Amino acid sequence: MSEISRTDVEHLAKLAHISMTEAELEKMAGELAVIVDSVRSVSEAVSGEVPATSHPLPLTNVFREDEVGHVFTAEQSLLNAPDAEAGRFKVPAILDEE
Amino acid sequence: MTTHTHHLTRLTAAEMAQKLRAGEITSVELTQAHLDRIAAVDGGERGIHAFLHVSAEEALRTAAEVDDLRAAGGAAEALHPLAGVPIAVKDLIVTEGQPTTAGSKMLEGWMSPYDATVVTKLREAKLPILGKTNLDEFAMGSSTEHSAYGVTRNPWDTTRIPGGSGGGSAAAVAAFEAPLALGTDTGGSIRQPGAVTGTVGTKPTYGSVSRYGAIAMASSLDQIGPVARTTEDAALLHELIAGHDPKDSTSLPGEVPAFGEAARTADVAGMRIGVIKQLTGEGYQQGVLDRFHEALDALRAAGAEIVEVDCPSFDYALGAYYLIMPSEASSNLAKFDGVRYGTRVLPEEGPLTIERVMGSTRAAGFGDEVKRRIILGTYALSAGYYDAYYGSAQKVRTLIQQDFDAAFEKADVLISPTSPTVAFPLGENLDDPLAMYLNDVATIPANLAGVPGISVPGGLSEGLPVGIQFLAPIREDARVYRAGAALEKLLSQDAEPLWAQAPELAETEPEAAAEPAEAAAHPAGK
Repeated sequence: MSEISRTDVEHLAKLAHISMTEAELEKMAGELAVIVDSVRSVSEAVSGEVPATSHPLPLTNVFREDEVGHVFTAEQSLLNAPDAEAGRFKVPAILDEE
Repeated sequence: MTTHTHHLTRLTAAEMAQKLRAGEITSVELTQAHLDRIAAVDGGERGIHAFLHVSAEEALRTAAEVDDLRAAGGAAEALHPLAGVPIAVKDLIVTEGQPTTAGSKMLEGWMSPYDATVVTKLREAKLPILGKTNLDEFAMGSSTEHSAYGVTRNPWDTTRIPGGSGGGSAAAVAAFEAPLALGTDTGGSIRQPGAVTGTVGTKPTYGSVSRYGAIAMASSLDQIGPVARTTEDAALLHELIAGHDPKDSTSLPGEVPAFGEAARTADVAGMRIGVIKQLTGEGYQQGVLDRFHEALDALRAAGAEIVEVDCPSFDYALGAYYLIMPSEASSNLAKFDGVRYGTRVLPEEGPLTIERVMGSTRAAGFGDEVKRRIILGTYALSAGYYDAYYGSAQKVRTLIQQDFDAAFEKADVLISPTSPTVAFPLGENLDDPLAMYLNDVATIPANLAGVPGISVPGGLSEGLPVGIQFLAPIREDARVYRAGAALEKLLSQDAEPLWAQAPELAETEPEAAAEPAEAAAHPAGK
């Protein structure tokens, strides 16, 4: 069985900015352990000599002219904002009170 | 519903286009027939629920435009061959004027300020857009059960899954609610729903169709493609949406080949068809294998040379996929933070800092499967594990490409069952993520290597459709249409095509259906 613990999941959830309850952390730890066990064979399948592929096609250096194209107005950009004020996105406090 | 309009929805898209050009039917008539069909079969408790949003007014407006142009003569020459043929769009693809939810609470009520490039192409060609189809949340799933807006039912058996993530698009086409639809395929989300609903779905060569405006799950794997009832219809739609797009830096330059022509050729004489040793046998239902071997026999009898190819690295494809896809997804979905768009949920207690609001927003906005993949991706990318997991998976990707290269030395196209099983009952795999992931075992290698693939109907097993997959080398999409169309032709020589054999669905009267259909059509609320 894999070594993924409830504490590991708690750390990962924090990195991923997803709040989780105790019950969710426990359940996720169990599920992840099974999934990670099943994909473990991948690391055993390759030797160091194989080059990595990050993209299916060898397209490189895709350039275009640096021209101003269509741009959204501030109004359009804010249309879907959960909160906005004075033409800007409004967010809760950035810093903790502590 | 009159027999006449009922009949209209059962034509192929190519036949609809031909009748529109000949002036035998109008686009308004055709579009209304599909809207009526949606009202009759999509709503209610046991309805198909392929659509998350129906856009009747907009679709009829486009249809009327096409009819006016045709009536005026002259300009009709300039119309696209598919002008006036209605289409449905997977709700992962953004549309101006129609909501886009990605099947997630996170985007409830969100309106895109722009169109995806493929949608722009549909509008330019004047295909009436009927609405947006259901999917697993952010395209993560193989059954459409992970949608935040309810399940879609398989028209062949409404107690079973329609496949996923594009179950809505496939079910809409199978249930004659639309002749054409757009899907997206990251690990099989077009092909596997096609297989289990008895329809046709293509994953084009990576880059063949612009991804601009497709909400990204795994950017190096995602691909938009056509969903249809026949190979020719899929080919015609592929031709329409393909082409280089400067807005997508991974878009392929070059001319779009004549896919429709390839489908009409439908000839496998002399074609070398490679059976992938690793994608048949253990893990596949006997009924699926029986239909697969019958397909091989039919192709052989039609003059194809059947050879066996060995792709040993495919045994690691599923594992590599479930490391690469969550890694890319965890990064792509970081943008849903409750700041610029989408849902914002405040924590029930404690201080209101942005970090805590982000945490509660993502906790409430994402479903279980999305959270699982984000956490898995975060794990695979984290310090100490990166080389062992993400790094190794990328190396496996190279090995899979090399296996494909070697296989295409021996064969012009490759063949396998599309999915190891027929449609399974709703709920069966919901508590077992790993069992759910196995549905994509045969479709995933194509995404990892970027090669094109198609699923075409291969007959029935226990009354449910079986899909046959063809794969071709990069940029050789025409070959999958040619081979797919040939099999389609061979299997419907003595019988109706499979899509025409689907059982009749219970229809509610348009009046009675109007309300539930309307409710189902606006999950995003106001």
